[in-house]
Amino acid sequence: MNLDFTVIPAYLDVVLLGAVWTIAITVAAALLSFVGGIIFAVVALYAPLVVRLPFRLFAWLFMGTPLLLQLFLIYFGLVQIGIDLPAFVAGVLGLGLHFAVYNSELIQTSILAVDRGQMEAARTLGLSRGQALRKVVIPQAVRDVIPPIGNNMIALLKDSALVSVIGVSELTLSAQLAIGRTYRPFEFYVLAAAVYYVINLGMEAVQRRIELRIAAAR
Amino acid sequence: MDFDLMLRVYPFFIEAAWITLQLSVLTTLLGLACGTLGAMARLSRLRIFRMIGAVYVSVFRGTPALIQLFILYFGGPQIGIQLDAFTAGVIGLGVNIGAYMTETMRGAIIAIDRGQTEAARTVGLSRFQTMRYVILPQAARLMIRPLGVNINALIKGTALVAAISVVELTYTAQRFIGSTYKPFEMFMISGALYMIIIYATGRGIAWLDRRARIV
Amino acid sequence: MTEPKPFVDIRNAQKSYGALEVLKDISLQVARGEIVAIIGPSGSGKSTLLRAINDLDPLTGGEVWLEDTQINKKLPHRQYEKHINQVRQNIGMVFQHFNLFPHLSVRENVTLAPKLVKRLSEDEAEELAREQLEKVGLIDRIDYYPSRLSGGQKQRVAIARALAMKPKVMLFDEATSALDPELVEEVNLVMKKLAEEHMTMIIVTHEMGFAETVCDRVIFMDKGVVVEEGPPSRIFRNPDNERTQNFLRKHLANANR
Repeated sequence: MNLDFTVIPAYLDVVLLGAVWTIAITVAAALLSFVGGIIFAVVALYAPLVVRLPFRLFAWLFMGTPLLLQLFLIYFGLVQIGIDLPAFVAGVLGLGLHFAVYNSELIQTSILAVDRGQMEAARTLGLSRGQALRKVVIPQAVRDVIPPIGNNMIALLKDSALVSVIGVSELTLSAQLAIGRTYRPFEFYVLAAAVYYVINLGMEAVQRRIELRIAAAR
Repeated sequence: MDFDLMLRVYPFFIEAAWITLQLSVLTTLLGLACGTLGAMARLSRLRIFRMIGAVYVSVFRGTPALIQLFILYFGGPQIGIQLDAFTAGVIGLGVNIGAYMTETMRGAIIAIDRGQTEAARTVGLSRFQTMRYVILPQAARLMIRPLGVNINALIKGTALVAAISVVELTYTAQRFIGSTYKPFEMFMISGALYMIIIYATGRGIAWLDRRARIV
Repeated sequence: MTEPKPFVDIRNAQKSYGALEVLKDISLQVARGEIVAIIGPSGSGKSTLLRAINDLDPLTGGEVWLEDTQINKKLPHRQYEKHINQVRQNIGMVFQHFNLFPHLSVRENVTLAPKLVKRLSEDEAEELAREQLEKVGLIDRIDYYPSRLSGGQKQRVAIARALAMKPKVMLFDEATSALDPELVEEVNLVMKKLAEEHMTMIIVTHEMGFAETVCDRVIFMDKGVVVEEGPPSRIFRNPDNERTQNFLRKHLANANR
């Protein structure tokens, strides 16, 4: 055994700053994936065929390939077509789009599960289809889908570690920075794991509270 | 799209896909083993096993697989575990997906009606016999689809070992992106190969699921 | 004396799903202020006919008019959408399963369409909602969510929601069929009140007693055609047609069981 956890305090601020960035990237990507998920779901269900088909292809491609590969594509692909995004933005974009596709699948199922009578009732009151979707169907669909989307967001937190490979200085990369100085991978990766675990617990607690609120509102 | 280039490099990707496939199969097997043990522990009568199971699930699902992999591969030597990248990849990913499979299996088992247990016990079957002859055969059928979802995630998850330089599909794509500056082309080749593996696996799972229904 | 111009005018309505004919050339006129009950066995096409009036189930042939407007006009998609949203404001509809919006409070259920469609201000819509909820006797439930209401209360809110658009006609699609027997009466009372205010109503119902006491005219449908129609006193006491007689006999036998 060659372990020495006393090296940690000297780099604690570096790692914790990384944790702040991890939270920032998770929240930003989660928001993007949520809004994107709703838009994608509506496109997948209601857009004209010429839009729907290419979109389905895109969704299919995103669901069938690894996130890491997609991150490489977005980061280097954008550079190739002349768009040089900061790593953080590319990371948010990659994570957000990836999870938007997954969220969209959930939201689509949920939209279809909202009772047909709801659309009918809204239409008989004179609401247009867009209004009925926006005010009646989608709010219900989204409410039903919040628990599984919560699970996706917790998965997103853990997958945010992947953006370290495109150079976003979040928790994982910060740990690597400390490792580069100290040559103590075990200690710092365990520390990073512990920090992820705590953030994860926090997110689970928030998810439980939201679920309780939803259950209470029914 | 540079098809010439794609034609020149695709043999490297085929080789890499073979590694991805091996990783996927071995990881699935290890995951199923960990999942079975985990589910048994989670449903054990003994509190200590239940606790071990709960901690396993919570820790491995609560932290990134990438970090788990790094602890094993980079941190392992510090505690006397020296593994080559491929083996570390299989063990790291297998134990990780096992935590998810634990929950899948446990979910399927507890979804079997409690009345089934009561009926089995009232005709005199032991706890073990009830599990073996009444609950598990029914639960096994329920598990196939959700385990398929786990396996689907696992195949895509094998990309993580690119970060410890296992020359599989994503690593190969990354290397060729770096040397050719053709990210779309490299994405298309590796993406197509992932899709083939995932599609074939999906068909296999669906076939198993159908067969299990008829029985 | 000339016949008054019909208010709702259904001309040669036809509806088929593939080879299955659900409505076979039905014509039906309803005068302003008239209350018409449509009765008949399940599968007779009565709900389909009702749902054709506001084009929820579009006809495959024939026309539906409300005053001087053809409801089921053939128009390009965008224009049709505009037209139908306009028309539907004038036609209130009440469903068997209420179809209240579960994520909205009673107040929001009633004010949603006035605000979105009629562009009423928050205050105007609120006033309108209070007025209608007062009418159905549920003003004290204005802040409730539908899940906390009884079936009868839900249906009364659904009626208030429809009334808030100030419709010219109200359609009732088996409004009390999904209710427990003891909750039927409170909904019937609300419908009677509307009748007294001379609201034009077309009511698909299984409740012969209600049809007899409240309606001006009863239509008996079977297998996609109108078999017989007339004042309730005659249809219920002394129907001409054998199919009507059979239906009423069976129905009464069931009701008395």
